[in-house]
Amino acid sequence: MSTALDSAEVELAPEVAARPRRRRARKRGIDRVPVWQRVFVTIVALYFILPALIVIPMSFSESSTFQFPPKGFTLNLYERFFTISNSPSTNWLGSLGNSFLVALLAAALATILGTAAALALDRLTGRAPRLLRTLMMLPLVAPSIVVAVDVYVTFLRWHLVGTVQGYVLAHAAIALPFVIVSVTAALGSFDRGLLRASASLGASSWRSFITVTAPLISRGIVTGAVFAFVTSFDEVVIALFIRSPQVQTLPVQMYNAVTSEIDPTISAASSIIVVVVTIVFLAPQLLGAKKRRR
Amino acid sequence: MTTSTPKSTAASATARPASLRGTQINLEHITKDFGLAQPAVDDVTLTIKPGEFMTLLGPSGSGKTTTLNLIAGFETLTSGAITLNNNDVSRLPPHKRNLGMLFQNYALFPHMTVAQNVAYPLRERKVPKAELARRVSDVLELVQLTGRDDNYPAQLSGGQQQRVALARAIVFNPQALLLDEPLGALDRNLRGALQLEIRRIHREVGATFVFVTHDQEEAMNLSDRIALFNDGHIEQVGTPEQLYAEPETLFAAKFLGDSTVFELGDQDVGRSVRWEDRAWGVAEGTVAARAGVLAGSTALLVRPESLSVVRAASDAPAGSNTVSARVRDVEYMGSYRTLLLNVGNSGVAGRARIEATGESFAIGDEVVAWWHPHAQRVVAV
Repeated sequence: MSTALDSAEVELAPEVAARPRRRRARKRGIDRVPVWQRVFVTIVALYFILPALIVIPMSFSESSTFQFPPKGFTLNLYERFFTISNSPSTNWLGSLGNSFLVALLAAALATILGTAAALALDRLTGRAPRLLRTLMMLPLVAPSIVVAVDVYVTFLRWHLVGTVQGYVLAHAAIALPFVIVSVTAALGSFDRGLLRASASLGASSWRSFITVTAPLISRGIVTGAVFAFVTSFDEVVIALFIRSPQVQTLPVQMYNAVTSEIDPTISAASSIIVVVVTIVFLAPQLLGAKKRRR
Repeated sequence: MTTSTPKSTAASATARPASLRGTQINLEHITKDFGLAQPAVDDVTLTIKPGEFMTLLGPSGSGKTTTLNLIAGFETLTSGAITLNNNDVSRLPPHKRNLGMLFQNYALFPHMTVAQNVAYPLRERKVPKAELARRVSDVLELVQLTGRDDNYPAQLSGGQQQRVALARAIVFNPQALLLDEPLGALDRNLRGALQLEIRRIHREVGATFVFVTHDQEEAMNLSDRIALFNDGHIEQVGTPEQLYAEPETLFAAKFLGDSTVFELGDQDVGRSVRWEDRAWGVAEGTVAARAGVLAGSTALLVRPESLSVVRAASDAPAGSNTVSARVRDVEYMGSYRTLLLNVGNSGVAGRARIEATGESFAIGDEVVAWWHPHAQRVVAV
């Protein structure tokens, strides 16, 4: 993953840090977590969260430059963000829309292909499928800039530069590993014997997938889809290469805003990204918690 | 019971009302080769009659489960054919064979309630809602699980889960029910109760049941007929009584029940046989009819309940076969005792069942074991 602006990673971290602590506390029963551990964990958590959260107060600042602590309180930056404009450099709302569209389509594509690939890899044994799995993980470890240049050169030839299809294809490719990993993990606890049962009861393999496999690995599919969405939503390197004045995503516009002129609107844009990504990550957990049975 | 080919007498032994639902299953020279040293199922031919409770019995790796999977369609045949009521289903995928199946681990869908699980095969067949609801409640009543409709499988005990699986497997009136060691995961008491249940449901539904188990007691309790598997082929087919009283081979005799085994080598079996320094009479009808028995190596078997023990040879009735023995151990079983014997000069392990209230024997006693010649069995080794 790119290290440039991964608010997604940043958002996940406190949860990862806090969960083992909670679990251990429960196992120990009456033993209390020592104070120094609580302090340490709090510091680590803040270290991860604060950079992402600091933009939120700044986005309400009256100052026309970046300043911390922020001065005054105004919604001016949000007004500018949400004002429809025909100039590409100030059309924030349009870029946000593009980012949503691209992220949704890329996530859908990556989820379908990734789930299918995970199902296939789960059934196959031997060396070849293992090699295939590793190959499909490559987007995770390949440097973003290398992928971006490759995509750019190829898309020039295919006339996909600056098109929604281009963004979707490129983002789906880098999001694929997340879906494969999470669906494979979900399949690990899936009892394949259930498919024999469904077949004996009259369900074709497609019907078996819809009625048995999909509901039971839905958690993995949803997790993969969320990661795919967020991966696309905040992807900037490839998007920079294949942008066009007509179609650019929000991270690209923010990058432009910082490099050409210091436009404080990006603190509003950043806040919106942080909030959107956080909501996308938390939604399945909040919904899942309500629906959980057993 | 006299000698006969097991297949011909089985029909009369399993007299049951003719059923419309029963399906005849024919296995014709079926072979399944996984590419190992030996085919898992090797040229098996078997006819399962409509409405029959047929058990495929055998040790693990004998091919019984593979045979069931071939019938269900989970494995493809290497050669041979499987017909249901004379329709060749060899090439049909499992979901088109219309066979119910019960699995050892129940294989209930954990994300569905009891009612949804049972309704599943009906939904897949697009049964109208009202009829669906009626059939689900009927079948849940049949397996005595009314009122648990909205429970999830994880909320039920193992026995209850298997009842749900049973309901789900019969609710769509399958051509036959295949049972793959369905009671293997249950504790002893529950197993007994569910055996009764399965028998009752077999009687009420009247469908053909094909039951796979490695538990000989279970097979004896449940079956109309048993097909005994060994090394990928069928060793013997017959009613439980036939398999117990008239085993054809040493394997069959050892797999179903205990016996004292006297290896006879390849001597000719005529009116009498020799074993060590003894000569024993051979009653008519106690020699296995299987081709080649008289030519090849044979063994003489006596079941524990047929073996009696006395203090001296003179106490044994005239005409009985006798052998000297030594009491190795005594097991008290409540209503009876089992004497573990070392028989003959070579000290072959023997078993005799005697009345708990009768004469008592102590470990180390020198005794004489005797049996009637018609209570023995000469089988192929």
